[in-house]
Amino acid sequence: MGEILILAEHRDSEIRDITFEMLTLANRLGEENNLTVTALFPGYGVSALAGSLKGACDRVLVMEAPELENYNADTYLAVLEGLIRERKPALTVIGHTAQGMDLAPALAIRSGVPLVTDCVDVILKGETMDVQRQIYSGKIQADLVMKPSETYLITLRPGCFPGGSEQGKSADMESLSPPEWTGLRRQFVEYLEAELEDVDITAADILVSVGRGIGKMENIPVVEAFANAIGATLSCSRPVADKEWLPKSRQVGTSGKTVKPKVYIALGISGAFQHQAGMKNADTVIAVNTDPKAPIFNVAHYGIVGEILQVVPELTERFKKE
Amino acid sequence: MDIVVCVKQIPDVTDAELDVNKDGTGIDTEDLETDINEWDNYAVEDAVRLKEALGGKVTVITLGDEDSEDVLRHALAMGADKAILIDEGGFAFSDALGIAKGLHGVVKDLDFDLLMTGVQSSDEGWGQVGLILAELLGLPYASLVVGVEPGDGQATVLRELENNTQEKVTLPLPAVLTVQTGINVPRYVSIMGIQKVRKIEIKEIDAGDLGLEPDEIGAEGSSVASIRLSLPPVGEGAEILEGSMAQICDKTAQIIRDKGGVA
Repeated sequence: MGEILILAEHRDSEIRDITFEMLTLANRLGEENNLTVTALFPGYGVSALAGSLKGACDRVLVMEAPELENYNADTYLAVLEGLIRERKPALTVIGHTAQGMDLAPALAIRSGVPLVTDCVDVILKGETMDVQRQIYSGKIQADLVMKPSETYLITLRPGCFPGGSEQGKSADMESLSPPEWTGLRRQFVEYLEAELEDVDITAADILVSVGRGIGKMENIPVVEAFANAIGATLSCSRPVADKEWLPKSRQVGTSGKTVKPKVYIALGISGAFQHQAGMKNADTVIAVNTDPKAPIFNVAHYGIVGEILQVVPELTERFKKE
Repeated sequence: MDIVVCVKQIPDVTDAELDVNKDGTGIDTEDLETDINEWDNYAVEDAVRLKEALGGKVTVITLGDEDSEDVLRHALAMGADKAILIDEGGFAFSDALGIAKGLHGVVKDLDFDLLMTGVQSSDEGWGQVGLILAELLGLPYASLVVGVEPGDGQATVLRELENNTQEKVTLPLPAVLTVQTGINVPRYVSIMGIQKVRKIEIKEIDAGDLGLEPDEIGAEGSSVASIRLSLPPVGEGAEILEGSMAQICDKTAQIIRDKGGVA
């Protein structure tokens, strides 16, 4: 019986959510195609951690080596290429994460497997595969039919499938020997945590969050005045932090902070999935955007189609003390 | 330090309402402005800063139609020294590998210490081309780069991970880096700046010059059999507040008071 291979992702002795999301997808595809689901768990001193995948797949392959203690493209390439060539999985699934984005393209070339990155859904039918992606910042959906192949490689966008360590399975645990390491070029040095911050946006009850739609830095005081008037903390989406209009510590999203305030007011934020991942669990989301089709309106509870610079000053007036 | 930067021209969809073309294979681009892909702009800026600090030359390359000359002029105005345009003829419906093959055909004959490009493009967002290039060239690489410090025969590189975390790695040179937004604040390019570089000759190359067979690139060389674009289905979605601006603001203020406990 053929198999689907997923690359378990973990960092600092914690399994990343994407691992269980990939297993949810893999188990569905496995059932539909009569394939078993295998998780590869590379690391060092991780056999106990790997055991927590037992209830979510058919087989866990644990590969331990000092060289695998932290993710490194070179070591992971060697491991995955060997495994794909040997086992010929019908499908290999990797997270569309900082790790998977780094690994998958070179792996596809090295092992000669067709790759689709940043998938939001997959249908596997024998030796053909249909894939759904979102492009143009989530404004367009793309449905792709792949040419037939014995084996495919995809990266899965985080947050598209539920996770969960109990998926009605009881996996066999196997340990694999690492390959011989040759031609290692890249070296891991260390992880760096963010520096001390001016404000902790994750502690705020109300966030006024500003995005690219603010236009220019000179307009920031408009939203700042609004935040002050309602007693909110100011946060932002990635483009605003990238342009250094607000400090990086204020950034909501995958690479920034995950927030869960009572009220999240998104001003001029289109709502790329990386941003949604950081705020979609807020109790109430209010979004202001000029584009009525902006993806932010899919996760907002209330929407206003309009210009920030018209809406916000008038809204601020409503909270001025008489 | 000699650096090659691969850039791409993209339609600017930031504030645009998009529509799909008739056969569902692309978006209507008539009303859209074009621009340099945002990630690539950061890559050009970083390359130019490294050159300014350490000397050397920056060469920019794009694969596109003749209008793509604009992004090359933009990069030249930022401080790049040379530009190469690979004609997109034959590359229509290429997958990332097909595009990378075109770039590889040019890059393999260049001497460089670093090859830089954006992490991904803002249109299709495969996030593959730079790293495929690294593999085709047999070079070490790092993606999602938010800091570069060149040293003796190697570079120390910061990669952006999730949750406000970064990873420091070292790579022997030459190496390939895909650059994340926010690594710097790119300089502004004025019309005057573009004027100043208008006479710099842009080298033009096509798929034939690179010895690429038609079945290696384009739709035939792609792993994708077909693609259909559509507007995403509208989910439950937000309750859009209607009325005059005053009415909308009244309602919004009430929601903020109710849900946020604001006095």
